[in-house]
Amino acid sequence: MSVFSTVLARDLRLALRQSADSLTVVAFFAIATVLFPFGVGPETNVLARIAGGVLWVTALLAALLSLDRIFAVDFEDGTLDQLVLTGAPLPVVVLAKVCAHWLTTGVPLILVSPILAVTLHLPIAGYVPLVFALLLGTPTVSLVGAVGAALVLGTRRGGVLLSLLVLPLYIPVLIFGTAAVEAALIGRASTPMLSVLAGFMVLALTFSPWATAAALRQAVE
Amino acid sequence: MHRFANPTQFMRIANAIYPWAAGLSAILFLVGLPVALVTSPPDYQQGETVRIFYIHVSSAWMMMVVYSAMAGGSAAFLIWRHPMANLVAKASAPMGASFAALTLLTGMLWGQPMWGTFWVWDARLTSTLILFFLYLGYLALGDAFEDSERGDKAAAILALVGSVNLPIIHFSVEWWNTLHQPSIIKMTGFTVDGSILLPLFLMLGAFTSYYVAVLVLRLRSELLAAKIRNARMSQVAVNQAAQPAE
Repeated sequence: MSVFSTVLARDLRLALRQSADSLTVVAFFAIATVLFPFGVGPETNVLARIAGGVLWVTALLAALLSLDRIFAVDFEDGTLDQLVLTGAPLPVVVLAKVCAHWLTTGVPLILVSPILAVTLHLPIAGYVPLVFALLLGTPTVSLVGAVGAALVLGTRRGGVLLSLLVLPLYIPVLIFGTAAVEAALIGRASTPMLSVLAGFMVLALTFSPWATAAALRQAVE
Repeated sequence: MHRFANPTQFMRIANAIYPWAAGLSAILFLVGLPVALVTSPPDYQQGETVRIFYIHVSSAWMMMVVYSAMAGGSAAFLIWRHPMANLVAKASAPMGASFAALTLLTGMLWGQPMWGTFWVWDARLTSTLILFFLYLGYLALGDAFEDSERGDKAAAILALVGSVNLPIIHFSVEWWNTLHQPSIIKMTGFTVDGSILLPLFLMLGAFTSYYVAVLVLRLRSELLAAKIRNARMSQVAVNQAAQPAE
């Protein structure tokens, strides 16, 4: 447990000292969302119809852009080698770093999503499911993204490559995240979709730290 | 299992299989293609377009088989550090990607006359497209490192992550599809007649043996490339030892 809290505290402190990074991700989320009314036109009906999907897609892209922060800096300055050499259980270290990533990017994205939903005229019924779906879905996004981020350490063009590796794996989260919002809009319960999202999170929580740890081991070899 | 980690042992068996696979593939293509494309009767509903289906189903089958071979090879490589398993996975990937592309392409050509459109967001089409992207990701990641050994391991981990996700993606897409497009035309509507089965099995056999034969050829060339690389490096080492730097 102390390994977990130490790494988590360190990553959070670093993120707070460079809080501009988190803000940039939120700013990207906002600007990318704002592009859609220009693309599809400002009609309220059209925007309300696509709001849930647009917010989910842009949130995924924003999270994708922030993924390299999890390991890249530590990989370049050698901290990662030290972390592997300490003999601390690597999956626990990974889990702490993913937790820190989620707290510094996932949570800010969730907090601004209702405000952006207002600009897209999302009907009232959609807000609660949207926030809950993001709350259950973004941890999966961070966990699965960590595997990709660890795999591309030390590559040329890591960012573009990362999107090719990770975005196909995000499709299930996108499907059920958007469906939770849409179900609420047509007057159905969104709990089944939220349950599936929770299931994805548990699955990712079970497998991703080990896969990420394996990827990190081969990166620092 | 470990006996085949030795490339010489492994290639002895692979080379023994090669003429059989290549011959079988040649015969099945020579017999199967005319049967599938010319002499088999047109379908009572689909007409002549049913001929696309023989190529389409065979490449869809191969796209799955090759991904399983790739995931299995990657697992054996990561667990037992089995170098030949990694070569099998690496040599399979471009073929799998090509089969997936062929599946998508023939599917689109078939969809235009049958459904009136090249593309629908049908669950199978969407899953196939995603599988194609997984192949592309594997190939891109394997190529992205200066050190090819790192690329091998990273790509192997990715192949396993992909194989865990594949069922989840497939089930999600299927669910999404039924939610959004209830009762769209489904491919599983027609009963399969005996006249369709013969050319289909001929083509399935032809494609599978083609894959095995080309896999052996690709393994051979990979091993030769490694030998050439080693020979060049030892040549450089010899030259440097003979002429010490000033």
